[in-house]
Amino acid sequence: MANLTIKNLKKSFEATEILKGIDLEIKDNEFVVFVGPSGCGKSTLLRSIAGLEEVTSGHILLDHKEITDLAPAKRNLAMVFQSYALYPHMSVRKNMSFALELAKEKKDVINQKVAEAARILELEPLLDRKPKELSGGQRQRVAIGRAIVRQPKVFLFDEPLSNLDAALRVQMRLELARLHHDLNATMIYVTHDQVEAMTLADKVVVLRHGQIEQVGTPLELYRNPANRFVAGFLGMPKMSFLPGTVTALDASSVTVELTFGGSVTLPAAGEHLRRGSEVTVGVRPENIDLVDASEASLTGFMDIAENLGSDTYCYVKTDGQETLTVRMPGNFTCNYGDRIGLQLHADECHLFDEHGNAIQKPTQMAA
Amino acid sequence: MLSLKQRRSLNTLLLGVLAWGVALAIFFPIFWMLLTSFKTEIDAFATPPQLFFSPTLENYTLVNERSDYLHFAWNSVVVSFGSTIIGMMLAVPAAYSMAFFETKRTKGTLLWMLSTKMLPPVGVLVPIYLIFKDTGLLDTKTGLVIIYTLINLPIMIWMAYTYFKEIPKEVLEAARMDGSSLFQELWRVLLPMSKGGLAATVLLSLILSWNEAFWSLNLTASEAAPLTALIASYSSPEGLFWAKLSAVSTLACAPILIFGWISQKQLVRGLSFGAVK
Repeated sequence: MANLTIKNLKKSFEATEILKGIDLEIKDNEFVVFVGPSGCGKSTLLRSIAGLEEVTSGHILLDHKEITDLAPAKRNLAMVFQSYALYPHMSVRKNMSFALELAKEKKDVINQKVAEAARILELEPLLDRKPKELSGGQRQRVAIGRAIVRQPKVFLFDEPLSNLDAALRVQMRLELARLHHDLNATMIYVTHDQVEAMTLADKVVVLRHGQIEQVGTPLELYRNPANRFVAGFLGMPKMSFLPGTVTALDASSVTVELTFGGSVTLPAAGEHLRRGSEVTVGVRPENIDLVDASEASLTGFMDIAENLGSDTYCYVKTDGQETLTVRMPGNFTCNYGDRIGLQLHADECHLFDEHGNAIQKPTQMAA
Repeated sequence: MLSLKQRRSLNTLLLGVLAWGVALAIFFPIFWMLLTSFKTEIDAFATPPQLFFSPTLENYTLVNERSDYLHFAWNSVVVSFGSTIIGMMLAVPAAYSMAFFETKRTKGTLLWMLSTKMLPPVGVLVPIYLIFKDTGLLDTKTGLVIIYTLINLPIMIWMAYTYFKEIPKEVLEAARMDGSSLFQELWRVLLPMSKGGLAATVLLSLILSWNEAFWSLNLTASEAAPLTALIASYSSPEGLFWAKLSAVSTLACAPILIFGWISQKQLVRGLSFGAVK
């Protein structure tokens, strides 16, 4: 069992406030991902949980016990660092057994646990090597092995995959997901890569400027982002945004006149909007169709088309010089400069008020 | 015009000649000291200096009869090892905190420590002499250990700090997460990782303490006098005896020279640690 509770956690470096009051509940066996742009405080939050950073105020509770001021060694948490942080003067075996030796475990217990971790991570042939004789991926596995042998209450990962090349990163991502499934452990994972967040997490915590922007499952955040920041941060390629003005509204829908052509009526409970309110319409690449220019009120020019084989991402410049990203099938062809029309799927569009906060859809309100 | 290859080999040659020249110039006084120690006093004074002569061991026997070499050598060993051990015990924790828990004052503190080395020692001779006299430290090994520790500490902290700076902080944090106490973190992770650099620090401190002459001459008489004081005692009011002086100098330098020779690999690696890695 490992429930982690964070209450109003604050952290300042001199005059700069890094964490501005974090409240978070992490349940047993949950895979939680902290995601956000660099400097958002996600690593500081993780290091505060680890005990490597002193916090200014607030509480961290592990299984309802206060650990806020406990030394890292006493918290029973394991951490995997971005730089792996292996002990360079110890063999792989020693790296993994170090914590157990410090805990004064029996020799045969240590050997058995190390062997088990080595088996899971396929490190058996490398046990007697030094870290410098290993490749990046192998080092990463040793770092994970070092965490596994301890059977900690919570695993902490600080951008563990960002030093690996793209192919290896995908492979390790799958291994981590499998590991979480097999070990049934509570894991907290920091990344700036929204793909890792989407694919690994049970729960995503989006941070910005030391505050939590939104917490939820990956799909909740993808489908119902709380604000423009979360909407823009999750999803690859990014959501496109179009400015507009409200021209008509009722209890369940809002009609927006887009500043640079066309209008869209989308389902939204815009009680606090009125006619003439400045709003932003957000639309994901999969929710736009390219049509003939004569059939659409929103038109633009084809800028760049990236063909990935399975999909083609078209970047279309509207007449207002905004760039919209459109996902088309892999066999779609077009030319630079083609004039095209854009058709938005109104039901799937997101609406944000002038402060960037999402206007909820009516169905959600009912539910 | 020379080709690139020719120019490169010419450069290598010139650098080689320069390196040998500098090395020989540095080595020459030691060589001359060794040579003179085997001359008779007459030969030692001769002009032009003699390169060929009939060697004699007379100086060494005389020095041995006149003074108790082992007594002085023992003092040198105790004082230099004592001050190095105590110095390291202070320098490692100091450098650790400065390297891994840096504050805005760390850089200033380091500079201030180094600046104490810029003060001419003679400037504080009188106060230190008086303090030593009042505390009964004059002519004691304890007194010398204290003063050597203090004068070498800034350099030891600087060196250890530089080596620790090369060590990624995360490795120590990993040790902390793994359950290390502060002592275990230092002893089982930090020290093994920086052993090359720390060995160089130890060697440098040993050499500096062994060769120190100013304080040992001024603060000791006979009881705690190390080898440097023994050498000086041969340039006495009775006049200079070059051959005997050379013999005693050779005897004083020999242990540290041999020691340095054995550990030179460690020393060079440690001193160029940051540069090549």
